[in-house]
Amino acid sequence: MPPEISGFAFPNDVHVWWSLMIVMYPYITGFVAGAFIVTSLFHLFGRTEFKPIARLAMATSFSFLLVASMPLQLHLGHPERGPLVMITPHFTSAMAGFGILYSGYLLILLLEVWFVWRPEIVLRARRSRGPKRAFYAALALGTYDIGPEALEVDHGAITLLAGIGLPAACMLHGYVGFIFGAIKANPWWSTPLMPVIFLCSAAVSGIALLMVLYQVVSKLRGGEPDQPCVSALARWLWFFLILTITLELLEIIVMAYERSESWLIISELLTTRLEFSYVTMQLIVGGLIPLILLAVVVLMNRYLHERVRNTLSTVAALLCLVQVFSMRWNIVVGGQLLSKSLRGLRAPYEPELFGREGVLMAIALLVAPFVILWIFDRVLGIDPPEKTGAASPAEPPADVPARVRSA
Amino acid sequence: MEKPPRSLPVVPDEHASAPPEPGHGRREFLANVLRLSGGALVFLAGGPAAEAGGASGKEAGEAYHWDEHSYAYLVDTSKCIGCGSCVRACAAENQVPDGFFRTWVERYVVGMERTHVDSPNGGKDGFGPIQVDFVGTKSFFVPKLCNHCRATPCIQVCPVGASYRTHDGVVLVDAERCIGCAYCVQACPYGSRFLSPLTHTAEKCTWCYHRITKGLRPACVEVCPTGTRQFGDLKRPNDPVRLAIEHDRIGVLQAHLRTEPNCYYLHLDKEVR
Repeated sequence: MPPEISGFAFPNDVHVWWSLMIVMYPYITGFVAGAFIVTSLFHLFGRTEFKPIARLAMATSFSFLLVASMPLQLHLGHPERGPLVMITPHFTSAMAGFGILYSGYLLILLLEVWFVWRPEIVLRARRSRGPKRAFYAALALGTYDIGPEALEVDHGAITLLAGIGLPAACMLHGYVGFIFGAIKANPWWSTPLMPVIFLCSAAVSGIALLMVLYQVVSKLRGGEPDQPCVSALARWLWFFLILTITLELLEIIVMAYERSESWLIISELLTTRLEFSYVTMQLIVGGLIPLILLAVVVLMNRYLHERVRNTLSTVAALLCLVQVFSMRWNIVVGGQLLSKSLRGLRAPYEPELFGREGVLMAIALLVAPFVILWIFDRVLGIDPPEKTGAASPAEPPADVPARVRSA
Repeated sequence: MEKPPRSLPVVPDEHASAPPEPGHGRREFLANVLRLSGGALVFLAGGPAAEAGGASGKEAGEAYHWDEHSYAYLVDTSKCIGCGSCVRACAAENQVPDGFFRTWVERYVVGMERTHVDSPNGGKDGFGPIQVDFVGTKSFFVPKLCNHCRATPCIQVCPVGASYRTHDGVVLVDAERCIGCAYCVQACPYGSRFLSPLTHTAEKCTWCYHRITKGLRPACVEVCPTGTRQFGDLKRPNDPVRLAIEHDRIGVLQAHLRTEPNCYYLHLDKEVR
C-alpha cells in the first residue's frame, strides 16, 4: 500500500530509504564528537573545571564510537558487503570517506585511551593473578614503566593525541553533515551550513549527555557533582545551543528570504508533516526552553542553590538531547518526505517496532554504549578509585608508590 | 572506423529462416502456412522498426564494441498520448517490481494560475479522465526515465563504485557490488532510482542495455506508438536523435543542477522538473 501523497511526488520518491537507523547514526556520532570536545577543553584548552569529567568524557566518546558504525551496517540492503566501503572505497563518494575517518579516529582514540589509562592497566596487571593478570598484561603491551619520566612521556603523547583527535572528531561529525549537505538533489539538505550545524549540535548533544551522565554517576557513587564543573558544562552547553539554534534558524530564514524555488514546498513540509518534530520539539521544547533554563543557570549562577542548579541543568540537558534527536529526525526523515519533484509530500514516516531498522533496535543501539561504558568501568575504572570525580588523566591513582605519585 | 549499418538488424528467427519444405498432404501444407505466417509476422514487426530505428548496432552475434557508440535518448513531449505502453513494456522486459518504476509518464494540466501533475501508478495503466478545479489552458504528458547524465551525482556518491558509466554512455549498477546504501537514490535529482525489494540493490533504467548492445532498441522505444520516445547513437552522423539535438530547440530536465543529461526533451514546458 503506497503512502498517502499530497501534491505530486515522483513515483519512486514515496519511500523513506534512510530509516530510523540513519537518524541514529548522526545522533550517535554526535555524542562521540561532543564528548571528545569536552575532554579536549580540558586536555588542550586548559579548562580545568572539566577535570572531574575529562575521563568520563573520553570513555563516553570511546563507547559511543564503538557503536557508531552499527546503524549504518544495519541499514544496508546488503550488510555483508558493508566492509567494501573500507576495502574498495570509491573516493568521489562522501560516504567512502567514512572508512578512513572512522578508523583513523578510532585509532587515535584507542591510543589516547591507552595512554590515559596506562597506569591503571599496569597496576591491575601487577595486582592480579592468573588469566586476569594475563589479560591486563596483554593490555599493557609489555610496558610496565609508570615512573615519573614515563608518565611525562605519556602526558606529552596524550596532549599530542588530543591535538590530533579534536580535528579528527570534528571532521568525523562535520563529514556526517557533509553527507547530507552535499546532495544537490535535495533542497532541504543541500546547504553548506549543514556540516556546521551538525558539528554545533554534536557539541550540544555531547555536553548535554555528559551533564546527565555526570549527575547520574555522581548519584550512583553517593556523592554530589562538582558544582564548578556543572556550571562550566551549563555555560558551554548554553553557548553551543545558542550557536546551533541560530544556525538552524538562519538556514530557514535565508531560504524564506530568498524565496527560492524550493521554499514553497519546504515551508509546507515544516508546517504540516514536521510541525510536531520541528516546530514543537526542535524549536520550542528542545530549543527555546533549555535556552531559557540554561540562561538562568549561567546568568544567575551565584544565586542558585546546588540542588536548583543541578536540576535546572539536568532538565535543560535532557531537553537538549531531545532537540538534537529531533534535528536529526527532521533532517534525515524530513528530507525524504519531500519529493524531488518539489510538488509533493509523502505521509509521515512511522518506523517499524521490530526488525533490523526498528525502534527496538534503535533503543538497543542507544543502550549499548552505556553497557560498554559500564564494562569499561569494570575493566579499567573510569576514574581512579581514591577520589571519585577529581582525576587528571596523567595523575596516578592513590595506590601507586609515593615515588611515582610525586610525578 | 567501420561504418555501422544504417538499419536495425533483425534477430534471426528459426521460423523465419527455415525454408518451407515441399509439403505432402494437408497436414504438411497447414504446418507450412503456419511457419510462413510466423515468418511474415516477424518480418512485419521487425522490418518497419528497423527502418525507423534510431539506434545502430552490429549484426547479432558479432562482437560489440562500446567505444563505437554514444547513446542518447530523445523525448518529444508533444507526441505522447499517455497510453502507458512504455511503462508496461519496461516492467515486463526488466521484471520491475510493482510500485517501482524505471520509467513513468507524468500528466500535466496547466492553467494561467495553477498546475496539476499526476502519474497514477506511474502511468502504467494509462490515464483516466480528470477534473481540475481551475481553468486548464494546456495539457500534455511527459515520459520520464533515467537521464544517463554525463556528470551524474549517483555515480559520484556511490561509496563502492557499484554505479558506473559505460563507454557508450549508459549509467548502470553492478548488482553484485551494490551494498544497498541508497545514497545514489537520494542523490538522483530525477527520482529515477530505487532499491529493489527483491534484490535489495539500487535499480534504474538501463536503456535496456541487454537489448541495445545487440542492436535492438530499448523496450519503451520499441513499443511507443507515436514516436515520442526515440533512441539514437550520437556517433552516427545522420542519426535522427543526433540531428534533433544538433538542430532543434531541446531542453534537459533540471538543467540548473548541471548533471549533463543524455536524455533530451523536445517541446519541454517550464512546469516540468
